[in-house]
Amino acid sequence: MNLAKYLRAVPIMAVSAAVAIGFAGAPGQAAPKTGGILNFVVPDEPPSWDGHRETTFALIHPFAPFYSLLIKVNPENPSSPTDFVCDLCTEMPTPTDGGRTYTFKIKQGVKFHDGTPLTAQDVVASYKKIIFPPEGTTSARVAYFVMVDSVSAPDDHTVVFKLKYPSGAFIPALATPYNFIYSKAKLDQDIRWYEKNVMGSGPFKFAGREAGASVRGERNKDYHVPGQPYLDGFEAIFSNKQAVQVQAIRGDRAAIQFRGFPPKSTEDLVNALGKDITVQESDWNCVLLFTPNHKKKPFDDVRVRRALTLAVDRWGGSQSLSRIAIVKAVGGVVFPGHPLAATKAELEQIPGFWPDINKSRAEAKRLLQEAGVPGLKFELSNRAVDQPYTIVGTWLIDQWRQIGVTVEQKMEPTGPFYARLRSADFDVTVDFNCQSVINPLLDIGKFLSEDIGNESYGAYIDRDLDKMFEAMNRTSDEAEQRKLMRQFEKRVLDEQGHSFVTLWWNRIIPHRSYVKGWKISPSHYLNQDLANVWLDK
Amino acid sequence: MTVATDLDTRVELTEERKRRSRLAAIGRFARRNPLGAAGAVVIIVMVVVAALADFIAPYNPVANAFDRMHEPPSFENWLGTDQYGRDVFSRIVYGSRTALLVGFASSFVGATFGLVLGVASAYFGGKIDLIFQRILDVFMAFPLIILALAVIAIFGTGAQNVIIAITIPFIPRCARVVRSSALAIRELPYIDAARANGFSHSRIILRHMIPNVMAPFLIMITAFVGQAILLEASLSYLGLGVQEPTPAWGLMLQGGAEEYAESAPWIAIFPGIAISLAVFGFSLFGDALRDEFDPRLRSL
Repeated sequence: MNLAKYLRAVPIMAVSAAVAIGFAGAPGQAAPKTGGILNFVVPDEPPSWDGHRETTFALIHPFAPFYSLLIKVNPENPSSPTDFVCDLCTEMPTPTDGGRTYTFKIKQGVKFHDGTPLTAQDVVASYKKIIFPPEGTTSARVAYFVMVDSVSAPDDHTVVFKLKYPSGAFIPALATPYNFIYSKAKLDQDIRWYEKNVMGSGPFKFAGREAGASVRGERNKDYHVPGQPYLDGFEAIFSNKQAVQVQAIRGDRAAIQFRGFPPKSTEDLVNALGKDITVQESDWNCVLLFTPNHKKKPFDDVRVRRALTLAVDRWGGSQSLSRIAIVKAVGGVVFPGHPLAATKAELEQIPGFWPDINKSRAEAKRLLQEAGVPGLKFELSNRAVDQPYTIVGTWLIDQWRQIGVTVEQKMEPTGPFYARLRSADFDVTVDFNCQSVINPLLDIGKFLSEDIGNESYGAYIDRDLDKMFEAMNRTSDEAEQRKLMRQFEKRVLDEQGHSFVTLWWNRIIPHRSYVKGWKISPSHYLNQDLANVWLDK
Repeated sequence: MTVATDLDTRVELTEERKRRSRLAAIGRFARRNPLGAAGAVVIIVMVVVAALADFIAPYNPVANAFDRMHEPPSFENWLGTDQYGRDVFSRIVYGSRTALLVGFASSFVGATFGLVLGVASAYFGGKIDLIFQRILDVFMAFPLIILALAVIAIFGTGAQNVIIAITIPFIPRCARVVRSSALAIRELPYIDAARANGFSHSRIILRHMIPNVMAPFLIMITAFVGQAILLEASLSYLGLGVQEPTPAWGLMLQGGAEEYAESAPWIAIFPGIAISLAVFGFSLFGDALRDEFDPRLRSL
């Protein structure tokens, strides 16, 4: 190994060591200390403050600490897709009535930040707003609760959910971190009150906001978990420039940015700060897709669509792109590692995942020739966000170049990009599926027919696919679910070529080592109430 | 036979004299304007590099090579490689095509529209001139980059739209300069004579006025090319110009400046130098051209 190569290896080893420390946690976990203000950077600002309506991390990071949930992912084990714990309830319920009824007992003595008591009526009012949004309001998660028939409160400390059919997707949907419990009185006063106001029962009270600059929270002394929170307060600082975020952590103006940094920025921080920085890394329940517009020629021909996926070397791309972008894992339509996900052997049977990329590209060229478009040219619509959209889009274009396809990339800001997706005004688009709680049975709703799919943009109708989805959601037999999932996956990625998975995201959080108690999860939406975070200063 | 030979010899001599005369003129220009000559050399090199990019660039500028990511300058990659393993030198070479295409297309089209509008405005005068000039005032109230950003917001990104975005702000600027020259020409006797002969407005404008405002027009074009290259780089840097993987200098800066400024500075430094050199070259040449065409400056 020459000197240059040795020097290049040093930061890689440093990052590896830091990651290892992050995974292992601090040796001999010390008792949490109280006090201190946690400063963190948020790369965007939310459109409104209503969690039931919004879908962005920009809302979760600064506002989740103000609210309680009915149940949540276990903050000590946030990577688990099945480990849920009570937040406002007293114990996780056992379903009755053949899996159709869930009864939750609500903690007594919980208070909202204005001092009013929180009861089952508030929980019911909040979930009614989420599941059955009244006219004039928007709920982003209606589709998560298609199995729910009713929600009611027989008394002030009991909430009952009745389902239309037993569903394994219900509990994960309930733990979605956007399901803030609001005050019924405030909702009765104005159903849209929470779009511009904050008043919850979470570990922190709203202390102020400076538009475009920050949101501040202070400790809720009446929090319903004894001893928590440990922090005196927090300040969420808005900054959309990655360089500024990195410099904020480097200069200790902020301790952490919860969304994630690419490997290079992490490496820079580790090199600059050494033991003062800790790195936590996790697979991410977020995946970039590319979706051909089925209504545009020649993408109405399944051979052309299949050729596009056959050209892409996902196994090689995983190794290369993971060094410059926040993507890594190769997987199918289900979050890799989940029991319902395809194994490597199963994936390798699907076109686009074949281990021999030369064979795959030869087949792609043959299909294009057969379809009469050997020198195909098209425009790839993409979102003008570097990580990971631009990088993955540019990589895809190079992959397609290798089968003789010429592609021009059209980058647009988020607003126009979404408008183009929704009006199906594209040839092929980079698309994504980002979810919070890992809940594959609902997460794959993304791929359904355009008239029922949750943000399905390929402009196709496939009733057989929709039936498979419904069958999966109506059986509680895991083996049957897995079998149906493989059929669903094969239909989406192979037989019909509706939409194609590129690489799953990889979450890397470099943070100041004095930040303790926070554990990375496979979603930048999860485990963000900061109740168990403390500062070892 | 003898006659033919004499004629051939005379023609050759005339051609030789013309060639020498052109070379002498270039020599005189270089002596009078050494900086302008330096600018011309930069432009010529840029044009040659753009034209022969296929032969000069050692690598395909868009081909990813992940086994060579972030390589510092070396014999294999003279200016290093970027985050995709692409050869920076090859991308700069091909990027000159983008710069020249956008630069020349937008400045030529913008200046030509400005020329026609400016001369027509001066020729007709009166209310037409008044209305034209107020419209131009509105456009000129916006800084170049702001107007270009507004146009991009309407038309979207991409090379063609960047050309349109840069062309539009150039039109009023050229029209204003050309109009001032055309106002003086309008009063000259030969224009009156043309009117007296009953020539049409278009013939007077196209045949008699426009040829006499070519000097400021050419100066404007040269000055605009440099500005257009800088604007294209600025728009691409902001993510609003040409898009990946097209080789373009501003885009190369955008991809490398922030994230790799410390660890792989060559990704941003070399395209930055290319932009500076190109703009510098066109500015020097434009200034020299102005000095050359303006008799008042020439006599000083």
